[in-house]
Order: sequence, then C-alpha cells, then structure tokens
Amino acid sequence: MKVIEIVKLLRLSAATGEEGLDREAETGYCGDLLSDVMANSKKGALWLTIQSHQNIVAVAVLRELAAVILVNGRMPDEETKIKAQGEGVPILLSPLPAYELAGKLYEIGIGRA
Amino acid sequence: MSPRAIVEIGLERGMDLIAVCDHNSAENSGAVIRAGKRKGLAVLAGMEISSREEVHSLALFDTEDQAVRMQDLVYRYLRGSNRPELFGDQVVANELDEVEGFNDRLLIGAVQLSFHEIVRAVHRLGGLSIASHVDRPSFSLVSQLGFIPEDIDVDAMEISRHTTREKARMEIRGIERFPIVSFSDAHFPGDIGNPCTCFLMEALNVAEILQALKEEGGRKVIQ
Repeated sequence: MKVIEIVKLLRLSAATGEEGLDREAETGYCGDLLSDVMANSKKGALWLTIQSHQNIVAVAVLRELAAVILVNGRMPDEETKIKAQGEGVPILLSPLPAYELAGKLYEIGIGRA
Repeated sequence: MSPRAIVEIGLERGMDLIAVCDHNSAENSGAVIRAGKRKGLAVLAGMEISSREEVHSLALFDTEDQAVRMQDLVYRYLRGSNRPELFGDQVVANELDEVEGFNDRLLIGAVQLSFHEIVRAVHRLGGLSIASHVDRPSFSLVSQLGFIPEDIDVDAMEISRHTTREKARMEIRGIERFPIVSFSDAHFPGDIGNPCTCFLMEALNVAEILQALKEEGGRKVIQ
C-alpha cells in the first residue's frame, strides 16, 4: 500500500517530506533506540517512534524505510524537518501511542503476509 | 558513597582531580568539594544529565554555583517524583557525611531537553560537556541516536572500561573527530579511579582540561 493511502486511511498528518508519499509501505517497525532500528528494521517499513532527533532521517535513508511516523503526538525537531525535506523522507504524525497505531496498521494489512 | 569516603579513596588511588556527577542533580557537589578541600583533593562540580533522547552526558564545572545554575535548568525540565522503594533513597549529604535530606525528584528520569540543547546550556555556563560511555548499548549517544550526529559540539567523548581507545576508534564512526577520555563512572567506592584519564596541565580546572583536550599551550591528554 502506498504511504499516501495509509495517511488518508488512518488520518495521519504529514509534517514534511511529502514527495516521498508515493512510496510503497511493506511492513512496520517500532523502536526508539536508533541503534536497534539501524540493525533490525526492514526495507520499505513504516517506522513508529517517539524519537524526533534529526538522526532519524539518516536511519530512514540508510534502511530505505518508507516513512517515519512520530507517535504519541511528538513533533519533529526543526533540524529534523529540514533534513527530511532534503532527503524526501516523509515524517508523519499521530497522536496515538505506537501500540495502538501498529494495531491499526496491521488491521489494514501492513506487515501481514 | 559518602563525601569523605569518596575523597579518601580518590587520594588513596593517586587522583589529583575528581568530579561528582550524580544523575540529573548537583546537590552533592558542594559537600564533596568541601570534603576535598579539607584533605587536599581537587573536585569539580558536575552532573550526568539524561537528555530527552535518553543520551547521557557529563557536565563539569569549576564551581558549585555554575553547577547549581545548570541544575536549575535540568530541574525545570525533569518530571516526576522518586519512589524510594523502587529506585532507592536519593541522599543529600554534607561534607561531614551527615544526611542533610533527601532529593524527591525522579532523578532516574530524562530531562525534556534535547541532547544538543543540553550541550549548548553547559557551554553557556562555562562548563565542559562530554558524551558519556559512548561505547555502551544503553543511554549512550550511539545507542540512542544510532551514530554520532555531525553537528554535535561536545568537548570530548568518554568511553567506558569495557573498551579501549583503539577499539573505539575502529568501531565508532565519527569518534575520531573528538578527543577521547575514559572515566570510572563509579557507582561504588571501589570503582573510583578505574579507569581514569591522565592530563598534562598547569592547574586543575575546566579551562586547563579544555586546553588539554584541544592540545593547546603544551597541554594534552597523556592517556
């Protein structure tokens, strides 16, 4: 499913990186330790996190993630927005905690083989 | 870990300079500074601050006053109350090893300021900012943020006793841009001074350490 469709279905808002909304999201990954996400996330994943530091953009690029979703109402740092815009990495926002949002993503088929 | 015991062991182990770095608090700095003065051991006031990203860094100051000003900022952005049955009593002691009171804040928590904001605040107050135990799998710059951010302005990177400078330089990308130091992160008296860092300096203060880190004016980090 394309990221843009997920944004519409789950009423997420896009903070930046709109040009990447056309990407395919294959699965999801939850994690707030960037070292763990760098080691274990899969290409094409939606990454649910509360980390808003600019390094999340580099991790998303490195792992070829579809988008980053900041959960729990977290907002990206200003530098993060600038970097994400530059790299075309969508930063999406959700007021839900990661557990609930992951459940909704699973319900619409993300990550279900 | 009482002020007098810290000073005694520091002296026994040949330390010239130690720093007191309680978690998110500098309330015990003054007592150890005064206990050190009585016995002839120089003590810096400090804190190990946990950022919003849960990255730990050391803030080191010459005076208790500077550390308290940093602490004011930290307390403003630190939420919650301690639960002694879970996290232990957070004792505030004086230089005679007497208990003056208990700190009721949740010092184990994370300050709601970014790592970058904390580094900038420490520098504004004239302190040294050092990223703690960057080689460790928890609460380190590398574990929390994946890698060393390009624009970070810390004065040094600290590695734990679990690694060596050579290994850290091989394994942690970007660390070569910074001076490397190693401290004991002592949580028990027996840990004090192991490991420590040897500086070549004219005097025991923050300005001299900074010069040594930058290898200016003949100062340097020996090992």
